[in-house]
Amino acid sequence: MTSIPTTGLSARIILQREGFRLEAEVTVEPGEVLAVLGPNGAGKTTLLRILAGLLAVTEGRVSVSEQIWDDAETGRFVPATERSVGLVFQDYRLFPHLSVLDNVAFAARARGARRGPARREAALELHRLELTDLAGRRPGQLSGGQAQRVALARALAMRPRMLLLDEPLAALDARTRLELRTDLRRQLTAFAGPSIVVTHDPLEALVLADRILVLEDGRIVQEGAPAEVARRPATEYVARLMGLNLYPGVLADPATGRVELDDGGTLFAIGSGTDEAPMTATPGTSMLVVLAPAAIALHLARPGPGSPRNVWTGTVSGVELLTDRVRVAVAGRPGQPGALVDVTPAAVAELGLGAGQQIWLSAKATEVIAYPNPSP
Amino acid sequence: MIAVLFLLVPLIGLLARAPWRGLPQLLAEPEIREALRLSLLCATLATGISLLVGVPLAWVLARSTLPGISLLRALVTLPLVLPPVVGGVALLLTLGRTGLIGQYLDAWFGITLPFTTAGVVVAETFVAMPFLVVTVEGALRSSNRGLEEAAATLGSGPFATFRRVTLPLIGPSLLAGSVLCWARALGEFGATITFAGNFPGRTQTMPLAVYLALERDLDAAIALSLVLLLVSIAVLALLRERWLGTGARL
Repeated sequence: MTSIPTTGLSARIILQREGFRLEAEVTVEPGEVLAVLGPNGAGKTTLLRILAGLLAVTEGRVSVSEQIWDDAETGRFVPATERSVGLVFQDYRLFPHLSVLDNVAFAARARGARRGPARREAALELHRLELTDLAGRRPGQLSGGQAQRVALARALAMRPRMLLLDEPLAALDARTRLELRTDLRRQLTAFAGPSIVVTHDPLEALVLADRILVLEDGRIVQEGAPAEVARRPATEYVARLMGLNLYPGVLADPATGRVELDDGGTLFAIGSGTDEAPMTATPGTSMLVVLAPAAIALHLARPGPGSPRNVWTGTVSGVELLTDRVRVAVAGRPGQPGALVDVTPAAVAELGLGAGQQIWLSAKATEVIAYPNPSP
Repeated sequence: MIAVLFLLVPLIGLLARAPWRGLPQLLAEPEIREALRLSLLCATLATGISLLVGVPLAWVLARSTLPGISLLRALVTLPLVLPPVVGGVALLLTLGRTGLIGQYLDAWFGITLPFTTAGVVVAETFVAMPFLVVTVEGALRSSNRGLEEAAATLGSGPFATFRRVTLPLIGPSLLAGSVLCWARALGEFGATITFAGNFPGRTQTMPLAVYLALERDLDAAIALSLVLLLVSIAVLALLRERWLGTGARL
């Protein structure tokens, strides 16, 4: 598969190292924000380092605006120094011996500007980001949130051709993160070039990005619009992040929507109803079935005849209080699917739910969404 | 306790025997002033040369991943443990008028190093530079490579990054290394007397003058020793402050 050249970023990356292989094809349009989501050790930071020019690919090619930066075949490699890529490191890496103003002026100075003009330009950038008050401080005197903003200012001040952010908000406390997320979204929207945000926080990906790419074990497992990824997760990892129950299975009967689950059990499902109609798929097709925790009902005894077509049993294995509801973990009986179920605190009290308790579960087929497994 | 006494009593002995009243007069004597001047000049030159070539060497030792680098590191630090007299002999055999390299220096450029002031500087540099290299290498090794990467992504080349980021950050260690190097050069005796000889006004530095004066004029020897002691205490105080200072800042 070859990537279509664009004026943005177009990269086919293969990096082979002992015990680790990263293989990814990434394109980002100018002005587009791509979130790279994945667990620790998936290769997210390595991907950024390659794009920034701190690492070379083993195979493949990286180009921006049809300019080739890295090509394993021809051996062409443009070093980080000449790429003009704004990279905001996870630990910010502000220069501790320079003031905030001089940190932001650093790129201009590196390009040979005199101190005066470089500082004036940096002051403008700080003003634009409402950081003028911090200009005279040393990085050691900044809070985490301030350091993050300054790191972004320093990257933007060089007028980068591409913006890369590595876990930009991971080191901050919850409150500051909330504040900065909105701020960051605005900056990313204003930035004209392609930008990539690496994160392991699904909310950050959903809020900041136009498109999400999920990386697991050095491979892309899913790529799509945030809503799409949130609704139809392709792997257990993504489903867990999005707070959904996910079951791989095989379509047994398209007419009734019956899916035989790989780990035992049966669920009746409907198609996702958008672009693909899985129920027209042939029997034997590998499917993924998602079920939202809030769409499952719990019963102490087998529910009487009713509309839910999915009724099964399990054992309560844990009860956890979330902010406004209670999440009940249910282990499936042999041959039955396990599930996370959200109920109200009142329901927990009424049902007297506790670990080890036998329980019945039910879900309407219309709440159970099935779609072909993209990577069976 | 015994060790403390052993280390301190000789210093007290020196102070007790010092001809305090005649001190200004002794230090004003031309021969002593000449030795003092020569010592300061040569030690400072040796430190300057060490900075000029030693810092790049320290950078290579700290950053290179070449296979032979640990062997090179060991060889470079050899003068730290080598008896200075042996260093002097080695220098004489290499840079002497008939030495390995010295014969060409003499034949092609008419440069003769042994028994000259330049020879003193060479001997002191040989002995003292490793102190600077080891100190600076340690600092470079533990310095934050991430900041250099950050500088690279901001368009700063390796040399500019070294000047604008690395060097300011290892500044305290650089100063400490320089002071150590300078103090070692100032006190250099063995290599200097072997390679450069003991000519007043030309190669006779303070330690050499002390040694010579010990046989002729004990008071002069004590006076010179006191000056060297004072310098040592000053160096110690300076390094102390520096080390404590950096410790507090990091």
